[in-house]
Amino acid sequence: MRNVILDNLPYLMNGLKTTIVMSIITMSLCLLFGTALCALRRSHWAVLRVPARLYIDLLRSTPLLLIIFWFIFFVPRATGISVEPYTAALTALVAYFATHVAEIMRAGIQAVPRTQSEAGLASGLARWQVSAYIVLPQAVKNMIPALISRFVALIMGTSLTYIVGVIEFFRAATIVNNREYASIQVFSFVAVVYFVICFGFSQFGEWCRRRLGAQALSRVEAGLGR
Amino acid sequence: MKRDNANATMTAAPVAAELAVEMTDVNKYFGNLHVLQGVSLAIQRSEVVVICGPSGSGKSTLIRCVNKLEDVQSGGIRVLGQDLNDRKLDLARLRSRVGMVFQAFSLYPHMTVLDNIILAPMKASGVKRDEATERALTLLRRVGIPQKVDAYPAQLSGGQQQRVAIARALAMQPDIMLFDEPTSALDPEMIKEVLDVMTTLSGDGMTMLVVTHEMGFARRVADRVVFMADGSIVESAAPDEFFTQPRSERTRTFLSNILTH
Repeated sequence: MRNVILDNLPYLMNGLKTTIVMSIITMSLCLLFGTALCALRRSHWAVLRVPARLYIDLLRSTPLLLIIFWFIFFVPRATGISVEPYTAALTALVAYFATHVAEIMRAGIQAVPRTQSEAGLASGLARWQVSAYIVLPQAVKNMIPALISRFVALIMGTSLTYIVGVIEFFRAATIVNNREYASIQVFSFVAVVYFVICFGFSQFGEWCRRRLGAQALSRVEAGLGR
Repeated sequence: MKRDNANATMTAAPVAAELAVEMTDVNKYFGNLHVLQGVSLAIQRSEVVVICGPSGSGKSTLIRCVNKLEDVQSGGIRVLGQDLNDRKLDLARLRSRVGMVFQAFSLYPHMTVLDNIILAPMKASGVKRDEATERALTLLRRVGIPQKVDAYPAQLSGGQQQRVAIARALAMQPDIMLFDEPTSALDPEMIKEVLDVMTTLSGDGMTMLVVTHEMGFARRVADRVVFMADGSIVESAAPDEFFTQPRSERTRTFLSNILTH
């Protein structure tokens, strides 16, 4: 008896590569865009804060699939720019998950008691120094668990892009299944692969959290020349 | 009327060349709540002033105005000769000359005791690491816990944390120290170790503004006790006079309430 998975392994692995590359690019862009959004959302100026808030609330309250459709069908028509499904889907993922990242960062910062920054300010430190040495090291530690679970959702979220024709792991598996009629084997394999990646990633995240707690600390200490 | 009387007693003191703190008719609102109602207060250099009063009377707000952790809606505040309303004021620099100790200690939990103490001297005043460290060790000896230099705040008792917080504030070599209920979060036996440090500090001639309910400390250490109620200064007098012959009925009620236990 032939093995459906092994026979199609190169093709499946190609899809998996797309999933992983897409996830990594999306996460990186989410961190950048999310940081910017968070900064805007926390701004003292309403001109920056209000639009950021509208954007975040709008995107967070919309199904991811709808946003992907939006970038595939509506944005090209509205802007006249036509892009590959891959690029459009990736943009949609970033647009969507960056709002979550921004809110996680905001929550992480807000969770640091106000008395911490007051103590810093009262000692004569400038506002940016209070952020850099006192608030952010504590905030980053607060953010990590929520960020990791969002990123796990992001990895699984990339599978939604199969609907618009991106041949990532899930679509590759669907194509194999349509050809081979072996849905049980194929989709069990898909389940195992997603589990390994997502579970592995959250374990890695947990390890990072412990490490980074210690690292943020040593960075502060390095800053103080120890 | 009552307020005018209080002002009269305060301005009666001889005015030194430069007052440490001078507040004139300060008004502060939190929304509709009028938390400071025309407060005037002058503090001499090296003077130890204890502010007491029922909760919600505005005492904490008052001392938080001294280093501008709170803004006021009207009135003048001068600290070490500098006008807090001045737009060109270098606030960080002024704050580095005014140390503050908080009720909740507010040590930085991700730093060791040493790093807590040397952070501001190094980053705000540009003191070299070696010098800052030396200064920190001297201060830790002074507050009685040199052995805790490498500990993290979470490993210390409340009293030890508050003593580190005092050392941290002193590391900036401030001219004024503000204490916002420094012992209110402490167990009774730790209160003494903190008050002892504060007593020594007053003996060294530090200008101190202390919000506290520790009336024994007020009686022993304060040069003047200020009693606040409902956002106004009701009474301001030397401790002897304050505790033995308070003039206002409100003060008498307060004292009988807290001294009966």
